[in-house]
This record gives sequence, C-alpha cells and structure tokens, in this order.
Amino acid sequence: MTTINQYGGQTLNHHILSVLVQNRPGVLARVAGLFARRGYNIFSLAVAPAEDEGMSRITIVVDVESTPLEQITKQLFKLIDVVKISELDPRRSVERELLIATVKAADEQRAQVVELTNIFEGKIIAVAESVLTVSLEGHPDKLDDFEDLLDGYGIVELQRTGRVALPKLDRGARLRAMNPTPTPNTGKAG
Amino acid sequence: MAAEPAERLTGAEALIRALEFENVELIFGYPGGCILPAYDPLMESPIRHVLVRHEQGAGHMAEGYAHVSGKPGVAMVTSGPAATNLVTPLMDAYMDSVPMVAITGQVGTAAIGSDAFQECDTVGITRSCTKHNELVLSADDIPMAVRQAFHIASTGRPGPTLIDVPKDCLQNEMTWHWPTDEEVLASLPGYRPNVKGHPRMIKEAARLILASERPVIYAGGGILKSRAAEALRELAELIDSYVVTTLMARGAFPDNHPLCLGMPGMHGNATAVTAMQKADLLITLGARFDDRITGKVDAFAPEAKIIHVDIDPAEQGKVRRPDVPIVGDAKYVIEEIISEIKTMLAAGKVQADTSAWKSKVSGWREQFPMTYEQSEPGAALKPQYCIEELNRLAKPQTIVASGVGQHQMYTSQFFEFDEPYTWVNSGGLGTMGFSIPAAIGAKAAKPECDVWAVDGDGCFQMTAQELVTATVEGLPIKVALLNNSYLGMVRQWQEMFYDERYSEVYLNAKVPDFVMWAESMGCVGILVESPEEVGPAIEKANSISDRSVVIEFRTDASEKVFPMVPAGASNDELILHPTQQDRAEALK
Repeated sequence: MTTINQYGGQTLNHHILSVLVQNRPGVLARVAGLFARRGYNIFSLAVAPAEDEGMSRITIVVDVESTPLEQITKQLFKLIDVVKISELDPRRSVERELLIATVKAADEQRAQVVELTNIFEGKIIAVAESVLTVSLEGHPDKLDDFEDLLDGYGIVELQRTGRVALPKLDRGARLRAMNPTPTPNTGKAG
Repeated sequence: MAAEPAERLTGAEALIRALEFENVELIFGYPGGCILPAYDPLMESPIRHVLVRHEQGAGHMAEGYAHVSGKPGVAMVTSGPAATNLVTPLMDAYMDSVPMVAITGQVGTAAIGSDAFQECDTVGITRSCTKHNELVLSADDIPMAVRQAFHIASTGRPGPTLIDVPKDCLQNEMTWHWPTDEEVLASLPGYRPNVKGHPRMIKEAARLILASERPVIYAGGGILKSRAAEALRELAELIDSYVVTTLMARGAFPDNHPLCLGMPGMHGNATAVTAMQKADLLITLGARFDDRITGKVDAFAPEAKIIHVDIDPAEQGKVRRPDVPIVGDAKYVIEEIISEIKTMLAAGKVQADTSAWKSKVSGWREQFPMTYEQSEPGAALKPQYCIEELNRLAKPQTIVASGVGQHQMYTSQFFEFDEPYTWVNSGGLGTMGFSIPAAIGAKAAKPECDVWAVDGDGCFQMTAQELVTATVEGLPIKVALLNNSYLGMVRQWQEMFYDERYSEVYLNAKVPDFVMWAESMGCVGILVESPEEVGPAIEKANSISDRSVVIEFRTDASEKVFPMVPAGASNDELILHPTQQDRAEALK
C-alpha cells in the first residue's frame, strides 16, 4: 500500500462531512472558501442534486483536527444556503466511490489487467491497441487497493469521483426497508 | 381572494419600490454606469439620497446610521471600482455585526465574465465580508432579493448583505410581486436563527449566578444589537454584580452606574481587566472573547466558569469553552435568566455572599482610576484632557464616533457613556477613517443630536472629504481632531516594543493645514494649542448647529495609552500608568 494515498480512513484526522445545501450559484464557493481561508485542504469533494428539489448534497473529506473542524462546521452552518450538516463516522456510514483509469495493457499485460479488473468486479469500459480503460465502483478502500495494483502496469490517466456517503441504516430501518409498506428511513443514523 | 392586477414595472422601479416597502428613509450612495437605471426612479421616491464623495464613505455612513438607529443602513453604488470601494465598510460591518444592505450595479448579464468596462466579480469579492450576498439574474427576482437581504441583515446576528444587480435586470420589465413573510422564510430553509435559549441551560445559568461569590457580567455589543440594555441593568441590579462593557458595548450599561467598571481589555481600566481575571464566574452576554479582551487566552480568567449567551452558535467555544452555552437573543435570554433567578429566590434559595469580592473590587477602583498627567504650561496638549473637556461640555444625548488608534482608546476611556447607542466605532476591523463618515451617518439618523467625531490626524486624512458631503447635504457634525502629527498608536508600539525606532510613523506637523482644509470644505475650522483654549473652543463648536466644525487640537506625540496589556501577554501583565506602577501589587 502506498503512503501517499490517504483514502479509507487510515489518516488520523480524516473526517467526512455531508452537507445539504440549496442548489444555487456560488454555494460551492462559499463552502470551499471556509476551508481555504483557514489553509485547510479539501481532500475530496462530491456534489450532486439531492432527494429534494432545489437541494444538493456535498460530501467533503477533509484532514483537520477535531477542534478546528467543529468551528468550521459551525461556520458552515452559518452560511444561508446550508440547510443541514452531518459529520459521518466512517464506522457508521456507507461510503462509495467510482474510479476510472486508463492503464497500459500491451501484449501479455493485457490479460493480466483484465483478470485483475475481473477479480475486483470492475469493468472494462474502453479498449485500444495498447491501453485499456477500466472502471471500479466500491468502497474507497477497495479502490485504493485496485489503484495500487494497477499502478504496477502503468496508469496513463486516472480519475476518482471523491467519496459519497450516507449514514448506515439502523437495524429497524433496515427491516422497514425490506418490508416496503412504511416509509423507509433514509435520514438518521441509528 | 381576487387576484391583484398584474403591474408591470422596470427592475429599477421595482428596486426602489422594494426599498420603500422596507421602510428605507435614506440611501447613502454614488451613481455610475451600471446602477444608473436605479437612480432614475429615485427622483420620484420619498427616499432621501445622500450623495457621498467616496463609496467607502457611503458604506461607513450606512454603518453609522445603523449603529444609532438599529435599522439597516443602505448603501447604493455602481459596479467595479465602486463595489470594491465598499469592501472595507462591508468587512467592518461584518466584524461588528452591523445591519447593512449594499446594492451594487453590475454589467449586463450577457457581459458578465467578459472583463467588461467596470466589471468585477462583486459577489466573489464580497463573499467573505458579507453575511450573505446574491447576484440577481432577472428583474423578477429583485423584490425577493431585497426582502431576503433586509431579513438576513437585521435578524439573528446582524450583518451586512449585498445585492448585485446587473444593468439589464434594472432595465427589463417585470411583474410586481411583494413576497410574503411565508415566501421569504420558505426561500431560506437554511436560515432559522435561534432566539430562545435552551430552558435547561437558562436554569443552569441562574443556578451558577446565585452560587457565584465573584461574578462579573461581561457585556458585549450583542446587548446593543438585541436592544437589551434595560434587561442588562435589571439583571445587574438584581444580582448586584459588577458589569464590564467592551469597546463595542460602551453605553450599553451606564458608566455612571455604581456597578459599572467600564472597558476591559488591552487598554481597559485596571479594575475591569483584573475583575475579569479574578472572577469565579463570567456572565458573558453578546460578547465574543476577542483577543483584545482576553489577552493570552490560556491565562484569561483562569478561575472563572463561563456562561456564554450569544445568538451565533459559532461563537460558543470558539475561543473559550463555556460551562453554560446559551444560543439565543441576549434580551430574551437575560429576561428568562432574571425570571428564573426570581423564581429560585422566591423558593428560598439564597444568593452566595459577594460582599468580600465587592469590597475588593471597589478597593481597586479607588486605587486605579483612569489617569494622565496634565501638560506643563506651554507644552502640547494632553489628548485625554481634550476628551475630558469634550465630555464635560457635551449636551445630553450627544453621539460620539471615533476613528481607530490612540484617540479611540482615549475616547472610550475618558468619555462617560451613560446612554446606549451614543458610541459609534470600528471595533473588530479597526478601520482608520471610520469616524467622519460614520458620524455623518449617525447625524442623518438622529438629526436632533449633536454628533462628535473624535479623530486622529492619520484617520482624518483618509476620509476627510466626506465633510464636503456633510456640508452639502446639511448634516453638520463636529470633529475633534487630535493632531499629534504621528500615527500615535503605532508610535506607541515602536516606542515600547521596537526600541524607540520610529519607522514611518511621522506624518507631518506643518502640512496639511487642517483649519484651512476644514474651511475649504465649508466647515468652521478652529486651532487649539493650549489647555485654556480647549473648553471655549468646544463651547463654540457646540453653539454652531448649521455648519460642521473641525477643532484641531495640537496634542503631545509622546503621550501613550495606559493601561496596556502587551499583545500576546496575559492580562495579569497589565502595564499601568507610570504614576500607578508602584501600587501594582494591589492587583495581584
């Protein structure tokens, strides 16, 4: 495992914030600005429309000590466009990420890359003479492993989406989700 | 209900009508290219427009107006350089929680991002110096943008908001609709300031207060913002506790009240600073543990439990972790605490004995009054003396605005503030040049009151041109210019902490000629050089009501502000006035 890659909660001060915002121009700049002015780097960021119309959910992964994070979270909540913030505990949330990578795969390497991708249950999404583009969706830890192994063959280009996360459903909620009559609880962690 | 007939207006007409619907009486502004359409319907509007001489002046006037009236001040300017000139007042208002609405023109929507003439990314530039800002993208959106801006600026923790309006949005037609309260709330699902404190926390606060043997009420600017001066007084008298009023809260509790200890902090008086240091409970009301108050945070009020009442949850624990955090409006929460204490007392609970503490504090107060040494005959004036005379001769309800530096501290220390909303200053940002435009804004809000701007020669040279505005617009103010030919506070630090190496702090004793300058702007100019002239000059200024007056006091450049806690030092390391140093042990 490389030391550069900090995905998967191995880093000590790694926090996941899930921020529900009004989907309006400038909202991402407002959110990002609160980290930038304090000199904190955002490690990954994923933004897309959420369940309610006019709302987006931003998943932010940052490396910050808990105390400044508490202050940033409070400042985030002061933003008029921010409706809700949760800090997700990696042990109590489900996380997913998507990776696509173009990998050198000439001659005898080609079969190995295909095999590796199959082992990880990834997909081959484009094929050229000497390279393959592969994709893998899954927990960020799994993507880390896949990326490390691909690296051995030579990664030409790589893009990851940054993680998205939601709270794990509690036991009761899981049961409700299996029995579809009551409204499934999609919100709170147990 | 019958549908209203659809009324068609231009965006500009809608903007001005929306301001009228928000009960705006006054706009401080400066026209220019992109905002021009909005200036046309203004001619038919009952709203008064004050034409400033620099957009920064418009912003500070809006702040001064807001400080004394409690209503949001409005500044309207054009795009590009006008918008960037507003950045300083916006930041100033943000730091000091001053309600203010700025309206800026913007290039047409089709030209945005093309580096058009007088284009700048106003919402980008002002994002971090406003509570909220919004780029309007259609004429139809203007009334809602205005309603949101006023709602956000004046509720919760007040602050500045900005609406950036492209020129075509002002020119295009729209169908008039004035959003209802419900529509405004529904449009802001992420904005619900918490006004009522948590009842359990309020009970806990009352319990701690009754158990405290050494309480101090630490009153900040939030008292004024929430109109809580009366409630504060009732609480202080009920529990018989001393009160310190921060730089932002001068006047929130009367200086002439026996329980008032005055200003704490870096240049606070020795009693206020030390009482906070030795307290066993700080009842913090609308204050934010600013570094100028706490000194070295680790050594600040080490034995004190903290009750922290603030409407802004982000202030809780930002600097000092409170024992009892209460997020809510100061007035509401204080009243709840009072009623809780009364209930507890009625149920037989007895307040802890504070008499030893009270006698200790009153001993400090006797030994460490604010002091200075009067100048020798023929020597330059002492700035403190000028302020004392200003205070002695001020008419009731006089409003005082100040710039930033030594003169600001002397004013806070030596002027007696007995009424709320009579002190206007730039506390958080420390904006030199604040006083003259802020004083003009205050005068516009309270024309019946005398308004004195206490200024330094450095500050004066930053914004003095607004005295032309004062003259032309009939908003006469009085300026006490303490001219020591130096950037006095910087000089003080260089003397004390940089081995008297005076780098770039000498302005000039010969130019400008302030009296001539004042007169050229339509003011009465008076030069005062000796102590016996001070009183008569102030009396003369107080007798002139139809013109602004500038009194230039030639003051002693070597005079320093004491007491002083050096930057980064603990409040226990307070440097007293040299004449009091010998009894410093009494504060230990």
